Amino acid sequence: MMNQTVQDYSLAELMIAAAADAFRGDGEVLATGIGLLPRLAASLAMKTCNPDMMMTDSEAYLLSEPNPVSGRKSHAGQAQETWMGFSRIFDNVWSGKRHAMVGPSQIDRYGQTNISALGGTYQQPKVQMLGARGFPGNSISHANSFFVPAHSKRVFVEDECDVVCSVGYNPQRLPRGYTLDDIDIRLVITDLCVMDWNGPQHMLQLISLHPGISVEQVLDNTGFEVQVPAQVPTTAAPTPLQMEIIGQMDPLNLRARQLKDNPPGDRR
Amino acid sequence: MNKVQSAQEAVSQIKSGMTIGIGGWGPRRKPMALIRELLRSDVQDLTLVSYGGADVGMLCAAGKVRKVVYAFVSLDFIPLEPYFRLARQQGDIEVMELDEGLMLLGLRAAAWRLPYIPTAIGLGTDVIRHCPDLKVIDSPYDDKEWLAMPALNLDVSLLHVDRADARGVCQIKGPDLYMDDWFARAANSTLVSCEELVETDYFHAGDEARYVFWERAQTQAVVPIAGGAHPSSCNPEYGFDVNHFKAYAASVKEGGFDAYRSRFLSGTDEQDYQQAVGGLEAIQALPLPVY
Repeated sequence: MMNQTVQDYSLAELMIAAAADAFRGDGEVLATGIGLLPRLAASLAMKTCNPDMMMTDSEAYLLSEPNPVSGRKSHAGQAQETWMGFSRIFDNVWSGKRHAMVGPSQIDRYGQTNISALGGTYQQPKVQMLGARGFPGNSISHANSFFVPAHSKRVFVEDECDVVCSVGYNPQRLPRGYTLDDIDIRLVITDLCVMDWNGPQHMLQLISLHPGISVEQVLDNTGFEVQVPAQVPTTAAPTPLQMEIIGQMDPLNLRARQLKDNPPGDRR
Repeated sequence: MNKVQSAQEAVSQIKSGMTIGIGGWGPRRKPMALIRELLRSDVQDLTLVSYGGADVGMLCAAGKVRKVVYAFVSLDFIPLEPYFRLARQQGDIEVMELDEGLMLLGLRAAAWRLPYIPTAIGLGTDVIRHCPDLKVIDSPYDDKEWLAMPALNLDVSLLHVDRADARGVCQIKGPDLYMDDWFARAANSTLVSCEELVETDYFHAGDEARYVFWERAQTQAVVPIAGGAHPSSCNPEYGFDVNHFKAYAASVKEGGFDAYRSRFLSGTDEQDYQQAVGGLEAIQALPLPVY
């Protein structure tokens, strides 16, 4: 049963299953998935490949069992085990026992990211976005993975990010006393493929292509060079067990509204 | 000892050019009634330090701000704060963009009366490159470089809590106190609005005192204003006002802040404001958010 895969699954469900794998082998770390699909991925991981993981209620408590992302009317009755307000979150971040999965607006060839602003100057950006939020501290303190709902050159930019919010594998910016191996960027899950930063000199490299997606599609939509191995496997379809858990974690199927037109997972 | 003041009395301490810390987080437990009082004043040229939401947006829109120290300014379900965004894109304000944790360290340094706290946060990023006030230093103990996060010394902090007594004992019953304790400690003067003014013996019962996170010596004024966090939330009393925030965000393209102001802030005090948004009972009936 575990090794079977399902025939009928959405791209969102494929991405959730692929993203859950980012937390395999992490052990007792706080997994933080920012956004509905990354949060579902972390929840799925906690229910399958990494039961030792920790998650929060996205408010102020650590949970023994992840909360469903939909269908809840309150936080009452949740499986809370530890108070985890914002200031405690930073104690955890700086301890290194965390793995965040975030959705940057820009990612460059060094794995540096941007959620702060686009264009213009520091004094007057063309487009003000969120600000650096916790990206600088996260990136120097613990593991990070990236979740990209629309793989394009607008996200995977040709040049450096407009505002570098997180430290990456850029020798020019590496702080004194650090090596590139001190930086810990894990998986990149997009609507086209799964990648990591384990190419030569921490280049972005292709790990698997989603069913029906070609290498050319990935390269055409990435603003910088990607290492492509001789053989690129196809991203594994979700198993029936994974699909069942995803359904339990999102009974109202909010995941169907996260990607434009809710495409099927298999696009062959 | 009696620290109870009206909003007008309390806010009259704030002078142009001061550095003001604002508690809460995004759309959560912001001292909005005190912000509204500040909007009614002729104070300007402020430096704001905030985990920002509409507090920062409104003060920017009203032209009261010289500089914002922030890691984000967001309404959460509306990710980009409309008037902060406008002020930034027009180049209206100076900024010091930090990381959320870096800001916490700056508040702690101020609270502990240290000049700085060393940290790795910000190394390798534009947080350092863009901000000349952030210095990188050597360590006497290792060969790495460290960012020396300077103390964020505040003239005044504005906070909103669930309950307080007249002596300044403040209680936060919601699930998170955010960084409010550090804002209280980092400021020369902390002005606290509260949902309910209670007698001191309220805190004697059961574990009520466990929800008091700083000593009364850190609180200089207590301003009773039920509903005073609106449109932000004051969990467990009420949630944030989604419809109000939507109207606020829409106003940026429909008449601007003047339109918002004339619709909601044309009165002379908080009672007038609460009338304009449907009354205190409507505020207290706002459902709590489910994350």
